[in-house]
Amino acid sequence: MYSFSYHRAADVEDVRAHLNNGSDSKLLGGGQTLLASLKLRLAQPDCLVDLAGLPELRGIQQADGKLLVGAMTAHAAVASSTEVKGAIPALAYLAGQIGDPMVRNCGTLGGSLANNDPAADYPAAVLGLGAVIVTDRRRIAADEFFLGMFETALEADELIVRVEFPMAECAGYIKFKHPASRFALVGVFVAKTAAGVRVAVTGAGSVVFRVPAMEEALTRRFDPEAIAHIRLDEAEMNSDLHATAAYRAHLVNVLARRAVRAALN
Amino acid sequence: MQVSLIVNGRSITQDVEERTLLSDLLRDGLGLTGTHRGCDTAQCGACTVHVDGRAVKSCNLLALQVQGCEVLTIEGLAEADGTLHPMQEAFKECHGLQCGFCTPGMVMSTIDLLRRTPHPSETEIRESLEGNICRCTGYVNIVRAVQHASARMET
Repeated sequence: MYSFSYHRAADVEDVRAHLNNGSDSKLLGGGQTLLASLKLRLAQPDCLVDLAGLPELRGIQQADGKLLVGAMTAHAAVASSTEVKGAIPALAYLAGQIGDPMVRNCGTLGGSLANNDPAADYPAAVLGLGAVIVTDRRRIAADEFFLGMFETALEADELIVRVEFPMAECAGYIKFKHPASRFALVGVFVAKTAAGVRVAVTGAGSVVFRVPAMEEALTRRFDPEAIAHIRLDEAEMNSDLHATAAYRAHLVNVLARRAVRAALN
Repeated sequence: MQVSLIVNGRSITQDVEERTLLSDLLRDGLGLTGTHRGCDTAQCGACTVHVDGRAVKSCNLLALQVQGCEVLTIEGLAEADGTLHPMQEAFKECHGLQCGFCTPGMVMSTIDLLRRTPHPSETEIRESLEGNICRCTGYVNIVRAVQHASARMET
């Protein structure tokens, strides 16, 4: 790791001041991805601004028919929360599938979304449920948030405060885990919400994406067989040493059907 | 920068570089070499310790991140008279180790498992060990040790 300075932020104002002081500062959530990339010298920030001292960014509550999860809430807290299990069980299940228990005790929702790894789990839930990302200055719809590989709609000095998940009538998430990293080789989140049926896919493309053809078919009939014939275009899929584009396209269909089945159960 | 924390019940204050990892502070700063540095990439779990009662990988946290926290390492498990923690005892009883390199991480990680799930099934034990790698592939006896400890800790 290259050297850097460290600042434990006192409040949101303090965070913003640090991000605007002319130095190259990065926000430190749980650090489960950031520290690994610093060790590989993939990044060289001047300063890490630690968000651990901001309790207002942590916590889970329900309000106005929505589930609000603070940006600094650890995956383990979401996975074990009776509130989340009661409101959106698929979201608790997804959080419990991230990394391993030690990673889940540190890694955070906001960190995962701001990083926007193309194979991360949370983007699938946020896009699949049509959640809203609330920052220190605005509200960003999930459809507008994930722009590309590791790229989001966040401004350089913007801070995620919480995510507002609408309740789902039913939802399911199934991923094919990469056996070593536990990232999603492909993961599919299917949700039936008041706003309609949504299908979000992670791991398969350069960024999480929806599958309108599946959403239309499932709106007509919410049944795994309704989407059995829908194949994705291989040209749009990732291809690497772990899986070819053709294999990923195949997995999307298989996992989407399983996710519908999980939602129905 | 200065960091203050409690390690195995003792208050510690140390000067550290900002980039010092918790695993480096424990091993190099405090001489607690029971916490093993295995992969240094947060995959193998040999460096697992508890921070405020929860298992974390100490190679993937900055020492400064645990400012004011309580850290428990493998050295802090046994009682003052040398009586082993039931999980340590179970690993010994069931021979839940071969070369022993992964063992401190396995023990710390599975104690956290039993905190969350006092009576885990074999599947739950195996799933919870996803972040702890035993390169001797001695998982059968490791799983047995956790089951043994689970039964022991109940009584």
